[in-house]
Amino acid sequence: MSIKIRIPTQLRQLTGGSGEVTVDGSTVGEALKALDAQFNGLGERLFDDAGQLRRFVNVFLADEDVRFLDGLNTPVTDGQTLSIVPAVAGG
Amino acid sequence: MAFVEGLRCRECGHQYPAQALHVCDFCFGPLEVAYDYDAIAKVISPERIAAGPQSIWRYADLLPVDATAPVDLGAGFTPLVRADRLAAELGLGELWIKNDTVNPTGSFKDRVTSVALTKARELGFKVAACASTGNLASSVAAHAARAGMQSVVFIPHDLEAAKILMAAVYGGQVVAVEGNYDDVNRLCAELTSEYPDFAFVNVNVRTYYAEGSKTLAFEVAEQLGWTVPDHVVVPVGSGSQLTKIHKGFHELAKVGLIHGDPSEIRVSGAQATGCSPVATAFAEGSDAIRPQKPSTIAKSVAIGNPADGWYALDVVRQTGGGFGSVSDDEIVEGIRLLARTEGIFAETAGGVTIATLAQLARSGVVRPDEKVVAYVTGNGLKTTDAVAPHVGPTATIQPTIESFEREVSLEDRGR
Repeated sequence: MSIKIRIPTQLRQLTGGSGEVTVDGSTVGEALKALDAQFNGLGERLFDDAGQLRRFVNVFLADEDVRFLDGLNTPVTDGQTLSIVPAVAGG
Repeated sequence: MAFVEGLRCRECGHQYPAQALHVCDFCFGPLEVAYDYDAIAKVISPERIAAGPQSIWRYADLLPVDATAPVDLGAGFTPLVRADRLAAELGLGELWIKNDTVNPTGSFKDRVTSVALTKARELGFKVAACASTGNLASSVAAHAARAGMQSVVFIPHDLEAAKILMAAVYGGQVVAVEGNYDDVNRLCAELTSEYPDFAFVNVNVRTYYAEGSKTLAFEVAEQLGWTVPDHVVVPVGSGSQLTKIHKGFHELAKVGLIHGDPSEIRVSGAQATGCSPVATAFAEGSDAIRPQKPSTIAKSVAIGNPADGWYALDVVRQTGGGFGSVSDDEIVEGIRLLARTEGIFAETAGGVTIATLAQLARSGVVRPDEKVVAYVTGNGLKTTDAVAPHVGPTATIQPTIESFEREVSLEDRGR
């Protein structure tokens, strides 16, 4: 599955300034692991030591928070967009 | 501003210059303004504050901006009202209402907006923006108009009519998003990366913005003669206001303005049951705040995925406070109770605060031997829909004395 991932400003120094990256994967977790494989050091920004998403990282699949879906195990389909968004915003 | 050392990540301690940054590049934790409190303590005094303007800017030494020419509509220094009639209804003793309904655009948001846009202008931004549940939109649009800045405010499409109108009247762009507030917030967080010339007050300028809420603590302490209350009750949407009120009292102790131990102030949170992720985590004794899809008339606090929820929870637990959540019916009754007993007409979030205060008083969390301050942070004219089905003329008569005496029961007087 080819998945588009939107990258926030805070991570763009790791993606060579790119705000959008295409990866392969069949779940949200796989797509993010593929992103880490492509850009060294990105994974440790997203995941804690236990391999879970960090508290202040939100991930949206087609604009829905993956915590309302099946988290990192949520299946993705070809052409969908994942967004990585810092959680500390709003209010 | 002279006292700002920079920004520091609340989670990992990484330091940054005082620029338009809101989260840590390394761990995504929130950035906090770091001040030189020793230097502030040397200059600040009750006299210096009393000689300042009748607004939040009297506390400029403890705000993270250059206050020589603030973006200012006169936010703050709102009344602290002794509420004996409400206290009697709730079985409480010394109760005070911080009446923040009377700010320039009718909510506490004018405090945070004034600080945020002062900083935005200082940093060279030309466009003021925000993600809003309603109150912030009008505040940003109004302050931007005053400052001659463009504004682009984002709101959920299904807000109360008065809030949409109040956002639009100032002539900026008002973008109604087909989604709930959390959708609006996510969109704005993403737009921040694509439009770096926009000052999103509660995204990329949030670190400064949030500091404005500390003035809710500063004013209460000053209005109580530089003493502190025993217990404060604060509405919780994102949780930012509650954490900053707590921080504000602690800062006053650090710079020597209050005597006594601010860690003895109990802080309680108020949410609507239809959007209560933080109250739920408190009730369950959990550290994990599960996001919710909001369904409540209290739209100004309807944030299902609260940015500072965890920190608000931590403050409430640390200080021995409580967390209540109340139904839509209780919210309406809270609005009517405050209006009937104290003559203050609050919006739905104020109804949340008063109804939660009543709930916590019944359960003994808020006690009659405590000096209590309840924060009422938005004006009832913004959410008239909530009370419209419940109040109206008590009699309709002919323009004659006979008709008046026939139709109007005088026993109701003074109720």
